[in-house]
Amino acid sequence: MDKRKVIQSLAFGLFRMAALVNALALAILIYFLVKNGISAISWEFLTQPPRNMMTEGGIMPCIVGTFLLSFGSMLVALPLGVASAIYLNEYAKPGLAVRIIRIGINNLAGVPSIVFGLFGLAFFAISLHFKVSLLTGMFTLGFLTLPVVISSTEEALRSVPNTYREASLGLGATKWQTIYKVVLPAALPGILTGAILSLSRAAGETAAIMYSAAVFFTPKMISSIFDPVMALPYHIYVLATAGTEIDKTRPLQYGTALVLIALIFSMNFIAIYLRARMQKKR
Amino acid sequence: MGSEKRVKISVQNLNFYYGDFHALHDISMDMYENHVTALIGPSGCGKSTFLRCINRMNDLILGTRVEGKLLLDGKDLYDPKVDVVEVRRKVGMVFQKPNPFPKSIFENVAYGLRVNGVKDKKFIAHRVEESLKMAAIWDEVKDRLHSSALGLSGGQQQRLCIARALAMEPEVLLMDEPASALDPIATQKIEDLIFELKKRFTIVIVTHNMQQAARVSDYTAFFYMGRLVEVDTTDVIFTRPKEKQTEDYITGRFG
Ligand SMILES: Nc1ncnc2c1ncn2[C@@H]1O[C@H](COP(=O)(O)OP(=O)(O)O)[C@@H](O)[C@H]1O
Ligand SMILES: [Mg+2]
Repeated sequence: MDKRKVIQSLAFGLFRMAALVNALALAILIYFLVKNGISAISWEFLTQPPRNMMTEGGIMPCIVGTFLLSFGSMLVALPLGVASAIYLNEYAKPGLAVRIIRIGINNLAGVPSIVFGLFGLAFFAISLHFKVSLLTGMFTLGFLTLPVVISSTEEALRSVPNTYREASLGLGATKWQTIYKVVLPAALPGILTGAILSLSRAAGETAAIMYSAAVFFTPKMISSIFDPVMALPYHIYVLATAGTEIDKTRPLQYGTALVLIALIFSMNFIAIYLRARMQKKR
Repeated sequence: MGSEKRVKISVQNLNFYYGDFHALHDISMDMYENHVTALIGPSGCGKSTFLRCINRMNDLILGTRVEGKLLLDGKDLYDPKVDVVEVRRKVGMVFQKPNPFPKSIFENVAYGLRVNGVKDKKFIAHRVEESLKMAAIWDEVKDRLHSSALGLSGGQQQRLCIARALAMEPEVLLMDEPASALDPIATQKIEDLIFELKKRFTIVIVTHNMQQAARVSDYTAFFYMGRLVEVDTTDVIFTRPKEKQTEDYITGRFG
């Protein structure tokens, strides 16, 4: 065989292997979680609060808490992020100000989540008197996911052909009407996809909420946004490190992890499904 | 051609710059009401740039600058007091590539009315139908007004874009190579349409197709490297141009 062809098939083989490693890692992870966690899953596990020093019972408050935290963080990140992206992409004239804002956003994306957690504690919980609460968690996670929302929205706005903007302005629409009636609807699938991906990122976040929103056990159901919450990732952390009987709760830990992963996967699938549907509709 | 003709657009010593690049040099010419003026010239000579000056579309490009006067019915479009949204309502535009919105056929045509504050549903429906008829596409779409405009063929999309512009009842219609992306049959339809439309509108059309300019226009302006070389009736330009450059271009000796 030609030497070049050998090299080519060798290279392709390597790349294919690299791609396969990804899929394999995921498969192993899921297998591992299902194998160890499935026995813990039951109706009671999903609908009851923990009992007996968290060695028995369910994880319902954690599921609720994670839902509230992740959707709540979008209430903060989505309006702020979409508005920023619209400003940067549609209104702002290139220049020093815009460069500084972009540098800021990029650096925000690089801040470790534990630092966000401390910031949330210091600023929202203490300075603004939000206390350690759902509200503080929403803001902390909202700011954490902000860079992702901004960049996915900007990406979506950039992919809207300029000819749409010109057509709209050419018909006597104002800039705002053009953005609101033509550009945003066309960018919506991309914006939503970004939002849901940030949602699942927020759902899995641990470090950012451990000082700002989550408690390891609360007997009562959350009744106001100033109450702290339990959350799935933090619950795993607590059971695995701080419980009194770590070995005894092992199945609960796997079960909680399985629920968390299932939650995140289903969010991602919803994102994919939504995007596909909206693209077809056009 | 009628004997009493009225100047609709008067261009006086127009210069245009993309940043440092001087794209249009000292253009002066008149365009007449209810007549078709064709802009011809080799690619890159500034036809589109000139056309986009007439509805201030170049305002959207950063760093551009206009000097001189561009009068519509005697009023300078670049007067600081002029509302650019108002200008674009009076001066409609059809682009080179069909660019319908990803909305229904009906909503595409209704769009201009809606953004300009028209609420009356009956009026909108009536105007949409009228515009689609004027653009000679009504019969092809009347049974699927509420399906996506993106499902239409290229030629249909372009006529839809014409209908969309007509719905605003503009006074002037600018067309930038409206048939360049279309097949011969669709092109024929657009040309027939232009013939009808000039009874009601003032039309300025860019074309790189010499025969098309000869067929559809009353006046022809020949541009070369950002300058207006010659403008006259289409008949004169194509049979006895005054400039050697024009003649060379018309006869295909360069370009
Ligand atoms: N957005 C722009 N920025 C800078 N230069 C441009 C821009 N658009 C066009 N030009 C330049 O202006 C000149 C005229 O372009 P254009 O009006 O598009 O020509 P035509 O339509 O006759 O082909 C060309 O040299 C082109 O490169
Ligand atoms: Mg052009």
